[in-house]
Amino acid sequence: MSASALQTREAPVHVPLNPGDLVRVRDDYPPGHIRTPVYVRGKVGRVTRSFGAFGNPELLAYRLNGPQQELYEVRFLQRDLWSDYSGGPNDSVDLDLYRHWLEKV
Amino acid sequence: MPHDHHDHEHDHAHGHAHAHAPPQPDHKVHSYYQILGVALKELLVEKGVVTADEVRAAIEKRDQITPAHGAKVVARSWVDPLYRIKLLTNANLAVAELGFPMTTTKLVAVENSEEVHNVVVCTLCSCYPRELLGLPPAWYKSRAYRARIVSEPRAVLGEFGTNLPDNVEVRVHDSTADIRYLVIPIQPPGTEGKSEEELAALVTRDSMIGVAEVKAHG
Amino acid sequence: MRGPHDVGGLPEGPIETETHDLSFWEKQIDGIRAVIGAKGIVTTHENRRYVEGLGDDAYETLTYYERWTAALARQMIEKNILTQDELDARVREIRARLAATGELAPELSGEHA
Repeated sequence: MSASALQTREAPVHVPLNPGDLVRVRDDYPPGHIRTPVYVRGKVGRVTRSFGAFGNPELLAYRLNGPQQELYEVRFLQRDLWSDYSGGPNDSVDLDLYRHWLEKV
Repeated sequence: MPHDHHDHEHDHAHGHAHAHAPPQPDHKVHSYYQILGVALKELLVEKGVVTADEVRAAIEKRDQITPAHGAKVVARSWVDPLYRIKLLTNANLAVAELGFPMTTTKLVAVENSEEVHNVVVCTLCSCYPRELLGLPPAWYKSRAYRARIVSEPRAVLGEFGTNLPDNVEVRVHDSTADIRYLVIPIQPPGTEGKSEEELAALVTRDSMIGVAEVKAHG
Repeated sequence: MRGPHDVGGLPEGPIETETHDLSFWEKQIDGIRAVIGAKGIVTTHENRRYVEGLGDDAYETLTYYERWTAALARQMIEKNILTQDELDARVREIRARLAATGELAPELSGEHA
């Protein structure tokens, strides 16, 4: 994969998110080194905290430089991830996701 | 004998195209990758990329970090409410204060309560607070744990002997990015009179990953 | 596309919770990784990319440190630090040593203690 292909994957400018915001994870399947697990792509969760800006692993995996990405903790309800979930109604999964994978709902 | 397990594990690699070394007198079969690992080390040392001393020092440094470090942190958080607040708000600072600096990753501590039970995984690889707890156990890196804990956490916790009421929220932390997680387990009832050292001795690695609770009697 | 490493939510059997100490061989791979990481020769992000890039078959059949070894070897070759020929030749030498002495390497004899 070329550096330019990776660069164009960078979304333009993102407004910051705040705890409480509902977000949908992009339902994309780009090649390369991706730290957004398939099981949350396309799913809706709620931002629970902001960790500040970190290097983008999708670029760092190829030793490329690029803009840092804000990193957020996003909480998903188990029943929103798995239709047949049979545990407690509030059971949840928290994931740490980078801004360019999140769309505000 | 610890390497019995490894030999068993390495059986999985036998379908690979590479030929294996002939069985040795002690019946220890070395996989192609074990031999490749030794080849890598020898060549990197010969080329001056690493020195044998550096590798040895890195191994010794790893060996010195054990779950006992995390246990001291947890015990302190049980006896010192101000320390607990510091641990929950700036965990890197709090663990460094006890002599366990985490320099390469950001640490976040999450507390178990009557309402929430936290458990940690890395579904994508093996992210773990190595600088505080040492290397992760084999099961933490296993495909079965990584696959199942995010979709059937209660069944998985049950396999570790941890059965939680339905009204407790099970909260799984999938450490997918730059944050490493430490679970602060609940201090077991009946241990209020114990010293910090006695409490630390009760805290297990599994309780700091969140698959187990701390028992009052080790 | 789901990479071989991206296993969250896939159906799997019981978890083997029995723990064991790492062998010296595994610790040594971990140590090499730590040293070349500290020197900036490989980064955590690159290392993950190479482990994921081993392909489905290798990822699923190799043990954890076997994957690391394969990924490190690949990186050393692609970074022109070692060649495939050098590695192949050394593997043959070690096999011969193993056949003659029963030891992988002199410093690994502690593994048999």
